Amino acid sequence: MINLYEVTETNKMIEKENLDVRTITLGISLLDCIDSDLQKLNDKIYAKIYEAAKDLVKTGEIISREFGIPIVNKRISVTPIALIGGAACKTVEDFASIAKTLDKVAHEVGVNFIGGYSALVSKGMTAADELLIRSIPLALSTTERVCSSVNLGSTKTGINMDAVKLMGEMIIQTAEYTKEDDSLGCAKLVVFCNAPDDNPFMAGAFHGVTEADKIINVGVSGPGVVKTALEKVRGENFEVLCETIKKTAFKVTRVGQLVAQEASKMLNVPFGIVDLSLAPTPAIGDSVADILCEIGLEYAGAPGTTAALALLNDQVKKGGVMASSYVGGLSGAFIPVSEDQGMIDAVVAGALTLEKLEAMTCVCSVGLDMIAIPGDTKATTISGIIADEMAIGMVNQKTTAVRIIPVIGKGVGETVEFGGLLGYAPIMPVNPFSCDAFVNRGGRIPAPIHSFKN
Amino acid sequence: MKKTIITVVGKDTVGIIAKVCTYLADNGINILDISQTIVQGYFNMMMIVDTNNMNKQFGDMADELAALGEAIGVVIKCQKEEIFDKMHRI
Repeated sequence: MINLYEVTETNKMIEKENLDVRTITLGISLLDCIDSDLQKLNDKIYAKIYEAAKDLVKTGEIISREFGIPIVNKRISVTPIALIGGAACKTVEDFASIAKTLDKVAHEVGVNFIGGYSALVSKGMTAADELLIRSIPLALSTTERVCSSVNLGSTKTGINMDAVKLMGEMIIQTAEYTKEDDSLGCAKLVVFCNAPDDNPFMAGAFHGVTEADKIINVGVSGPGVVKTALEKVRGENFEVLCETIKKTAFKVTRVGQLVAQEASKMLNVPFGIVDLSLAPTPAIGDSVADILCEIGLEYAGAPGTTAALALLNDQVKKGGVMASSYVGGLSGAFIPVSEDQGMIDAVVAGALTLEKLEAMTCVCSVGLDMIAIPGDTKATTISGIIADEMAIGMVNQKTTAVRIIPVIGKGVGETVEFGGLLGYAPIMPVNPFSCDAFVNRGGRIPAPIHSFKN
Repeated sequence: MKKTIITVVGKDTVGIIAKVCTYLADNGINILDISQTIVQGYFNMMMIVDTNNMNKQFGDMADELAALGEAIGVVIKCQKEEIFDKMHRI
């Protein structure tokens, strides 16, 4: 039977070390809503999402109460809207009207984000894909809770450089459209290489076409728990270090698995996956950078950071896969800058640069995340940063992403405040040399040789 | 059997167990196991209880016990057993 020590350990993780379930995300397929009449399409989308998700928030609260574990976010992901709106949307305004419908239903059912204003263009763009991408700035500036993502490449298809170029422009335009709010729109926009179909985390969540009609995916978190566990093994060798991370990841993931199963039962929706990510928040003690420091670095970004992060990411996965039979999504350590106090401190101290972050993305679970850069950065430079990140993902057969915020009207040395879970960030300098001729070539980068496995 | 873990943490005083147990008895909740320690004047108790024949909703019990705890000056938490079981047992 459970003993006092175990109960105390679990409750200490929850109360003192910020253990929480970061998100229950309900994936909803909108494929059966497709209609060539825009009004009908919007009505069907609203009705389907409302019906599926009306009890989501309440269910999350009940589970949270019964187990005494905070469930921070309840969210929805939908089928990429470029596929759904293609038949009805002829202008960017048409697509943006779907974003408004998504925003409205998100408010109605009480979720804090809805993801899936997305296009999958890793090899080429249809007219609808391109129209959706061009509508992103309008959609994100006229809605509050809609998140957008675009898959620009994959190991199997290579990188769609036309789309990379276009996204550089759209990121700048989104920043312009939302400049009154410190270009907040860009915090809700992410580009991917090898985007997973079942990611529960925002801004990149969408409900892939390979998924069932509805599915529950859960994202766990708990950097503070790992950090505290590591405090007890200071000075020990790597074997002890790895073993400690693995055991902790196991415990954290089991909580996610339990919550996912309960939610699935209560909502009568099949359970999809647990995403065993270490997702930091700006709260003190909820930082991935602090884990890196505990492993032995003065600041995140110091020499050794990439190795420490690689080790952390791998051990989290090894502990997590034992705890849940269905692990998916992004699973690993996130390294967003603005959402992690330790990362912010590292940038301010001059320990962490954009280039080091890029190196870290080779071994972390996603990519360049929540990085504020000067508002006068050129679109082609952003496209170049995206292309670099996509190449890392393509060659290493991993998911990589870019969520970068050119803050209009601000420059290096200034700070931008996004608020809430999005945190705040010092604006980081970008390499000033040009890549115009490279980005303007057009076409696509072929898939790497090791993609041919047939 | 539906088991719930009740934890009580706070400054030690007379009658904590009596008050909690009275509440449980009044509401048809059977106690299966109790363990308790006092560390540096702080009272720390865990109870495993059977809520099968409880005459109210889980949420109401949790709220009422929390309120009872507040009146005594301790923190009382109710959690379903599975969260501990999942975390600490393979």
